[in-house]
Amino acid sequence: MATQHSRSAARLMMAPAVILLLGWMLVPLTMTLFFSFKKYLPMRGGDLGWVGFDNYIRFVTSSAFWPSVTATLVIVLGVLFITVVFGVLLAILLDQPMWGQGIVRILVIAPFFVMPTVSALVWKNMFMDPVNGLFAHLWQAFGLTPVEWLSQASLGSIVMIVSWQWLPFATLILLTAIQSLDSEQLEAAEMDGAPALSRFGFITLPHLSRAITIVVLIQTIFLLSIFAEIFVTTQGSFGTRTLTYLIYQRVLESQNIGLGSAGGIYAVILANIMAVFLMRIVGKNLDA
Amino acid sequence: MGQIILEKVSKTFGDVEVIPPLDLTIEDGEFTVFVGPSGCGKSTLLRLIAGLEDMTSGTLKIDGVDATHVPPAKRGLAMVFQSYALYPHMSVRKNIAFPMRMAGVDKAEQDRRIEQAAAALNLTDYLERRPGQLSGGQRQRVAIGRAIVREPEAFLFDEPLSNLDAALRVGMRLEISELHKRLETTMIYVTHDQVEAMTMADKIVVLRAGFIEQVGSPLELYHKPRNSFVAGFIGSPKMNLIEGPEAAKHDAHSIGIRPEHIDVTDSGGQWQGKVAVAEHLGSDTFFHVHGTGLGETLTVRATGEVGYKHGDIIHLTPRADQIHRFDASGLRME
Ligand SMILES: Nc1ncnc2c1ncn2[C@@H]1O[C@H](COP(=O)(O)OP(=O)(O)OP(=O)(O)O)[C@@H](O)[C@H]1O
Ligand SMILES: [Mg+2]
Repeated sequence: MATQHSRSAARLMMAPAVILLLGWMLVPLTMTLFFSFKKYLPMRGGDLGWVGFDNYIRFVTSSAFWPSVTATLVIVLGVLFITVVFGVLLAILLDQPMWGQGIVRILVIAPFFVMPTVSALVWKNMFMDPVNGLFAHLWQAFGLTPVEWLSQASLGSIVMIVSWQWLPFATLILLTAIQSLDSEQLEAAEMDGAPALSRFGFITLPHLSRAITIVVLIQTIFLLSIFAEIFVTTQGSFGTRTLTYLIYQRVLESQNIGLGSAGGIYAVILANIMAVFLMRIVGKNLDA
Repeated sequence: MGQIILEKVSKTFGDVEVIPPLDLTIEDGEFTVFVGPSGCGKSTLLRLIAGLEDMTSGTLKIDGVDATHVPPAKRGLAMVFQSYALYPHMSVRKNIAFPMRMAGVDKAEQDRRIEQAAAALNLTDYLERRPGQLSGGQRQRVAIGRAIVREPEAFLFDEPLSNLDAALRVGMRLEISELHKRLETTMIYVTHDQVEAMTMADKIVVLRAGFIEQVGSPLELYHKPRNSFVAGFIGSPKMNLIEGPEAAKHDAHSIGIRPEHIDVTDSGGQWQGKVAVAEHLGSDTFFHVHGTGLGETLTVRATGEVGYKHGDIIHLTPRADQIHRFDASGLRME
């Protein structure tokens, strides 16, 4: 698209998509903003008029606010850490030529196709159930007391479930990146006297930095809003109430649309702060 | 020091034997060129020496020590790859420093060797750049710099110039030859370009399908090719190979005569034919001659400007002392 003419033609043709996307984004955002300045209680009188910043103040001063921010950050960062570390290891493993490679790759990718609700239920009932779960049986086999995963190690359990879901995504992206690594570079490093660990550190990891950036950015967007996994397991109890879940409770359980909307705006702000941080930390990998 | 001896070395991939057992000795300080058509196993042989592939059988000795099972890093060889294989996220300086860093050379010594290599290779102004910001020739020099600073027993080059344009290739060819003269280190150089082979080598190894067809100095190969394959492969343009009654006159299955050993005259020659294509290079003129009754096309080289053109009838006379004779299996007959 080099000429003036082709540039304006391109703009014209992109316009419908851009307008649609903008509308899609702007309408809900504006409505959330609108409601956040109102006292709006659907079952208890409906629209009770403008209240200024009341909702915002009430939302942050509630004792549930800061714990929910912490829970959100713990889950997001925990899952990012686990998926990136294990994603890199799995990608390296899957890149080795081995028997039955095709099947193994499909198996590794499979969890991504399971719906979050279903996978969380499977984990809750089949693995983590303190009486009938596989983990309970395993613990008993060694003569230990079964752990009540979802109450005693609730945040860790959720991180585990969500990591299991997202690991395939990370692995897949990192595997494609590893496959694009020029094998002559590794051979050159080998001849230059670099042992396997140094080859990983000096050649493979820098080569993967861009893919890792993408994994981190995309996953953060989705992880900030995880909901189903919490809804079907702990229902927000035992310290697993994330910001998203708190908003849900304010809107649907307390039937307070105004308060929930204010929370929604905070969530947008939190997401943007995270985005700026991430861009700062990892963004320079993208334009290199 | 850098004598390399291969004894009965062979390599099979699956059930394909790429290198049948072969013996080869490369003397210390020698510039050896592996040359042969594409897919004949040149790179494989080089990678076997480097240790990047395991040998199926045989032994490799470096300076008299068995190195068959020594890992690549410990063999003391440096390799320059066809794709250069520079580390893209490191600056030129870091690229060149990498092998020394891995060997634990101290910082001051590293800097000294980097400066020295950069000066020798004209890279001083580019040390802080990334490989992506360099031209092909500069990247090539960085790859060579990375090899030099290790002070290896021998250098291995796998078609290092094939990604460069013609002018740069000639320049780099000279630089590598000069480097060899200065360092006096063993070099093994893979190419399929026989001009590179002829101009650079102390010793040429001609390979075909993994077999060594002939080993010798460039001029030995030119004057006394051991068989018709080497005869056709070394020299440019290719040697004319003639079979049939003309060869029978010399008691041979086929005879070979190089284009530069045929004299062109207006009349009175031994053979005559019609010029199909005349290539005027200024310094030389090449004629592709049809209808001589000797087989297909005959290529003839005349020095300087010679004015025949398409369709002219010319007379050709081979120089009797420059005729090569080959028997039915293609072997040279004396
Ligand atoms: N890893 C491998 N697995 C199976 N076959 C291989 C492998 N590497 C090379 N070969 C085969 O071995 C033969 C020799 O390959 P090699 O790369 O040594 O050729 P070459 O002489 O370097 O050719 P070129 O001039 O095109 O680089 C080829 O027929 C190739 O198909
Ligand atoms: Mg090759």
